[in-house]
Amino acid sequence: MVEVNERSAVRRLYDRFGFGARPGDLDQPFAEALDRLLTAPPGGNAPAPPDLPPPPRPEKNKKDKSAEQTEQDRAAKKKANKARAAQQKQLAAWWLDRMVAVDVATTERLTWFWHGHFATSAQKVKIAKLMLDQNEKFRKLGLGSFTDLAHAMIDDPAMIVWLDGNDNKAGAANENLAREFMELFTLGVGHYTEDDVREAARALTGWTIDRKTGVAKFVAKRHDDKPATIFGKQDDYDASSFVDLALSREESAPFVVGRLWYRLVSPTPPDEQARGRLLDAYGARRDIKATLRAIASEPAFRDEKTALVKQPVEWLVGLLRALGVRPSALDEKLQAKLYKGLMGLGQVPFRPPSVGGWPSGASWLTTAAGLTRLKVAQAVVEQANLDSLAQNKDKVEAVRALLAVDAWSDRTRAALGKVAADPAKVTALAACAPEYVVSA
Amino acid sequence: MNDHMNPLTRRRFLTWSGIAAAGALAAGATQVDWDDLMSAAADDPLDPDAGVLVVLTLYGGNDGLNTVVPAGDDAYQDLRPELAYKPDEVLDIGEGLGLNPGMKGMKGLWDDGSLAIVRGVGYPNPDHSHFRSMGIWQTGSPKSAVPTGWLGRWLDATDGNPLHALAIDPVLPPLFAGEKTAAASLPAGGLQLPKGDLGAAFAALGEPVSGEERWQATAARSIADLHNAAKTLGGAVHGPDTGDREDDEERDKGASAGGKGGLAAQLDVVARLIEAGVPTRAYSVSLGGFDTHADERDTQERLLSELDSAVTPFAKRLAATDRGKQAVVLVYSEFGRRVKGNASEGTDHGTAGPVFLVGDRVQAGFHGEQPSLTDLDDDDLKSTTDFRDIYAVLLQDVLGADPARILDEHPGKLDGLVAT
Repeated sequence: MVEVNERSAVRRLYDRFGFGARPGDLDQPFAEALDRLLTAPPGGNAPAPPDLPPPPRPEKNKKDKSAEQTEQDRAAKKKANKARAAQQKQLAAWWLDRMVAVDVATTERLTWFWHGHFATSAQKVKIAKLMLDQNEKFRKLGLGSFTDLAHAMIDDPAMIVWLDGNDNKAGAANENLAREFMELFTLGVGHYTEDDVREAARALTGWTIDRKTGVAKFVAKRHDDKPATIFGKQDDYDASSFVDLALSREESAPFVVGRLWYRLVSPTPPDEQARGRLLDAYGARRDIKATLRAIASEPAFRDEKTALVKQPVEWLVGLLRALGVRPSALDEKLQAKLYKGLMGLGQVPFRPPSVGGWPSGASWLTTAAGLTRLKVAQAVVEQANLDSLAQNKDKVEAVRALLAVDAWSDRTRAALGKVAADPAKVTALAACAPEYVVSA
Repeated sequence: MNDHMNPLTRRRFLTWSGIAAAGALAAGATQVDWDDLMSAAADDPLDPDAGVLVVLTLYGGNDGLNTVVPAGDDAYQDLRPELAYKPDEVLDIGEGLGLNPGMKGMKGLWDDGSLAIVRGVGYPNPDHSHFRSMGIWQTGSPKSAVPTGWLGRWLDATDGNPLHALAIDPVLPPLFAGEKTAAASLPAGGLQLPKGDLGAAFAALGEPVSGEERWQATAARSIADLHNAAKTLGGAVHGPDTGDREDDEERDKGASAGGKGGLAAQLDVVARLIEAGVPTRAYSVSLGGFDTHADERDTQERLLSELDSAVTPFAKRLAATDRGKQAVVLVYSEFGRRVKGNASEGTDHGTAGPVFLVGDRVQAGFHGEQPSLTDLDDDDLKSTTDFRDIYAVLLQDVLGADPARILDEHPGKLDGLVAT
């Protein structure tokens, strides 16, 4: 194993536990940087979440079936849809801005991780306020205990809407939430049987969402109170005891720790000994922050080969942070450009493609993405203050330092050299270089 | 993949991490001489007699029983009274079956003799997880998780030109991930590369660097592939901007298992590329939203109408040109749904479902047996045709490849499905 040097290790820490280093971040030693990332109070400089009043729900006039009334109903529905779509965009814009604005981004990075883990999409949930509430739970609990987080998700209103928990009632179980909770959130595929799914669905019956207030409510008469047999154990389960049961399975801790490793470190799993150390840190408390600390002290964390492809949002937020551009400061047209760019790259916050979350690795390195990335980078650079770059004689080297890239390859240095006279071009292009697109 | 991960580690990793994300394990860089490829593409457009395959994936698990509907079967009516279509509601196609009322255009294709329906398609020991089952269909490997897609392996077996396979999607679908090569991708909006010094500098970022870290090498190669793709396809593609689709409440209800809309725009791009004679032989497009655990009837009918109104004009357009006549469209989903409805007026994850093949070369009509509604396996349909039997036909008779190598010696082949 070849170890990266101290400065690269610090840079990697900022890449993986945050959204990349900003000017000055790399001058700290590793231990201090880690402390800063894990203990800084979250939310320094963060914009407050938007106010998202429930949009008016159009009441259908069921009795009056005249053409005029139908037309009115349709117009009302269209108006309501438009209002909802506007709130969803407002919410996504706020989060993107917050990721860029905060001094220390660890809490936002973990919020982003958990959003991909418990992947819930506004495409079906519709009510932006529910998505925000779920997001705030990730923010509040995301560095705490996975026990609390899992419990918070099983009766989370957005999650219940997303996975049809609302329709899951005694005598008429709906398996969606029960299955995905085991497969994708706590245990991993293959660590439960089809019978476990059916029985767990019964344990989760009875939860409903009040469509007006968006509050999750347990309705006892919808709950199947006959005992269920899950993982061979018969009991009167409810949602909470089902979560405890799933988390107590021996496959759960390696699964959760494995997902953190996969997204924050490398698609190559840790070796047996490292895995043991990580599981010790996770421990009975299911401590996420302790796990992160353990991850950072693993030798594999400093392995030269431990590279990760930045997801589009990570790439964009990192670029905005490095260049000091707040999305909220952009005019409407440029904001729309960023949103469309993320759509083109296949990753919009609050809209994961499925409950399985976003893909990873080479999936982001498609031919089409290369071009979209350049267009997005050009839009960002338009708003950046590049005076320091303009005054620098060696712009290729200066932009390397600005983006906190360890080193340019000869290929990239030559390519950037072709536009070195133009600070905007050289910066946009540098953001598309393989050395920046991938966190080595 | 990379050298430091042997197959055993890989399998353990897939188990450990819980999700077999084949796309994540796609090939690293290979050395390709682009100048040779470019002149080949210009001098030697696709042979007008070469078969072309268009793979259309329905994400979420389409309910096969409400697509090709056994409306006259009492067991069907009894098992899902709230969801069942009455015989007079469906579009009769014989043998007691009818197409969903949303599929009027495809009923026309059936009548014209350009639609084949393979019934009861699945695989042994069906998996009810979307991600595992879709992984099985896309990798063509039900027994063990493998890091390559079935058409990725086909791509590996050709000359390694990523342009032979093209996804109309910014994100690479796992079926197109090969060991050595990953397919190219094209957004439905087309490719407009920068010009001048920026364009030259951007192209230069795609140069390979020896010994570069593997993801960075992949990133560089994707930029080289982009320039290659734009040179070859650029003139053919200035498609509509599918941009911001307005949300549709009904069709979004089954969205939790992935996929996307805008199918007509995707197919429009494919039709133009086929007509232009680009060297692409396999295309991937998709439609999502079929995870209908609740309020299924309206949602599914809406989606099948979207499918119908995209596929029907596409098929007619293909039939009008010589190149288009060589194209075959495959429509599939990761599984069908439970025979019995749930009480949310929806259905939970099931097993076998129908597969559609559309095109001039397709042997129209029914293939495979309709699964019994009374002889069930743990409340689920028993599949009567293995999906690899269909892949074998497509590989051999459409793409002209040897299926044995690509499908791990799978012995079955559904003969008579495509005219040779």
